[in-house]
Amino acid sequence: MSAAPWKAKVDDIITQQGRVKEVLLPCLGAIQEVSGYIPQPAISYLQECLDVPSVDIYGVITFYGMLTTKQQGKYVIRLCNSLPCHLNKSENILRVVERKLGIKAGETSPDGKFTLETVACLGLCDKAPAMMINDKSYGNLTEATTQEILAELNG
Amino acid sequence: MVTLTIDGESVSIAEGTSIMDAAEQAHIHIPRLCYLEGLDAYGGCRLCAVEIEGEPRLAASCMRQVSPGMKVLTHSPRVRKARRMIVELLLANHPTECFTCERNQICELLKLAFELGVTEVRFNSLKPVYELDETSSAIIRDSNKCILCGRCVRVCHDVQTVSVIGFINRGPDTIVSTLMENGLGNVECTNCGQCIQVCPVGAIKERSAVDEVWAALDDPTKHVVVQEAPAIRAALGEELGLSPGTLVAGRMHAALRKLGFDAVFDTNFSADLTIMEEASELVKRVTEGGVLPQITSCSPGWIKFVEHFYPDLLPNVSSCKSPQQMFGPLAKTYYAEKGSIDPAKIVSVSIMPCTAKKFEALRPEMTDSGFQDVDYVLTTRELSRMIKEAGINFASLPDEPASELMGLYSGAGTIFGATGGVMEAALRTAYKLVTNKELENLDILPVRGLNGIKTATVDVDGLEVKVAVAHGLGNARKLLDEVRAGKSPYHFIEIMACPGGCVGGGGQPISFDLALRGTRGQTLYNEDKALPYRRSHDNPSIKKIYQDYLEKPLGEKSHHLLHTKYTARGMK
Repeated sequence: MSAAPWKAKVDDIITQQGRVKEVLLPCLGAIQEVSGYIPQPAISYLQECLDVPSVDIYGVITFYGMLTTKQQGKYVIRLCNSLPCHLNKSENILRVVERKLGIKAGETSPDGKFTLETVACLGLCDKAPAMMINDKSYGNLTEATTQEILAELNG
Repeated sequence: MVTLTIDGESVSIAEGTSIMDAAEQAHIHIPRLCYLEGLDAYGGCRLCAVEIEGEPRLAASCMRQVSPGMKVLTHSPRVRKARRMIVELLLANHPTECFTCERNQICELLKLAFELGVTEVRFNSLKPVYELDETSSAIIRDSNKCILCGRCVRVCHDVQTVSVIGFINRGPDTIVSTLMENGLGNVECTNCGQCIQVCPVGAIKERSAVDEVWAALDDPTKHVVVQEAPAIRAALGEELGLSPGTLVAGRMHAALRKLGFDAVFDTNFSADLTIMEEASELVKRVTEGGVLPQITSCSPGWIKFVEHFYPDLLPNVSSCKSPQQMFGPLAKTYYAEKGSIDPAKIVSVSIMPCTAKKFEALRPEMTDSGFQDVDYVLTTRELSRMIKEAGINFASLPDEPASELMGLYSGAGTIFGATGGVMEAALRTAYKLVTNKELENLDILPVRGLNGIKTATVDVDGLEVKVAVAHGLGNARKLLDEVRAGKSPYHFIEIMACPGGCVGGGGQPISFDLALRGTRGQTLYNEDKALPYRRSHDNPSIKKIYQDYLEKPLGEKSHHLLHTKYTARGMK
């Protein structure tokens, strides 16, 4: 079996920056980018390389909204629920997405197409309520525009 | 030296001292929750906040060091208001099931709320309801009661270096949990229970077997036998109104008979038996070129630790079962035969200072009697609850001995409960085995006491035997890394998972005070000194069991009933 693609990335970072605890976050970021999530073998590998307890690595992953240990859908929808979006009724948008996709925040659709997450501020407060789907951002969302965006992806 | 003012009183104290410690000199004990002596200061709860003149914010006195001319107020109106608010917010998220909580009477949060004058809670809980972590056979965690002080996390990481629990998630969603939230039963937890000893509330406790033991006692068809570990007799009194360090061996036996146990034996007997086997194994390894150093195997927390973290060193670990697990199969074979009792009707209970013993009893290999060798393990705390539930006036009980067949013990058996005790007991017998002479001075002082690692060289009739003792798994690691690197000069190493040895076990009365553990240990050394037999091989019941049943140490029967194999578990 060939080595997992994340391993080469991690080895690169460690070669360049050393086996120090400080490289944990860059490594996790790289794994997330390559694999779309952080698989458990990657946690074990980092534990061994960096001498950081695996529960602490898991603690870092769960601390940051952009890192996850769950396999993600093709489209990852990150809906902001920080204060400005909340005041602009982001909860209504959440309800629309949940109903349309048949999944709740934190879940992935059975066909593996969509993952829905609520996240802290995306830096799009001027366009609240806002969300990101993969790398693309969408602002000034209404129930109607949200329906349209999802319909397009489903098409 | 630094001179500062605390509440108007001038205090001179060494540089680097925390304000919290300095305040003791001004006769002030600052309230605290996340701070615990023996663990690094953390500054998380902010309950120890003090006001420092000229500073806009309150400072955490556990973290902040004294500086010259500093003017500290430890209970100004601002400080008192802040502390009440902190406790009020903690209480808002804390279940109000104090009546039925394990820590009823000794909860630090409850005590602080009362002492700081918190009389109402104005806020509603924002905390979701969490499922209990019941994955472990020894320890149950309840995130609902957890106040996130982090004491368990620090003892697991910094003292035990097991590091299986940590903070996960963020902000109001933060909880203490394990890798992937898989639960304590599915990670490298050693079940040592030191997390229980440091928890200020009822968030971590042992998996209780009290109801199962009552049911066995109430069942007239069962013959219930009981054994008690050495460390119980030095600590049980604390739970029952006696002062720390009171030796309660005799009252303990009497109380167990009153509870209805059919046969009251003593683990100290099987500790003597362990010494016979383990000292013989050591002599065999030394004389026949076996793997050295030999490492003791009595502490089940340590055993699970080595299985996970140092599986390559398993050949160094003595094949001897722990005293609990030597007693187990003998109760259902030797005792059953002697007393003409059907072993299927015997229920074997052990009273242990230890949470890891609950896991050990359930190991699939511990069935050499043809049954599960030890059926139920109760901690010191669980036994004290049964004694209270039965209304037994413990303090006024007369002293009673354990039944002789498997209850007579030597001083060597009793010191098993203190760090260094197994080493000392083993040397007393190994000396005899090697030289055929008796060791004159039985007190081997260099292996006693509370230093994390103790070493000694013992002259065994010209043969220099080098020994080392570690207690607490962080200390054990230091000796093990030497062994792994091939640089260990020792012949024999004793390792106990818990700081202080078994007297500081996870099942003992709640405390993380190393000095108290030392007091309990001293109680055992005092008992040793006062006993008629002080060497395991002098114990008449030990001589009898070899004569009547086991034949000889390391013999065929011993091998079958008293020795075991370990499992290389590795890391998850």
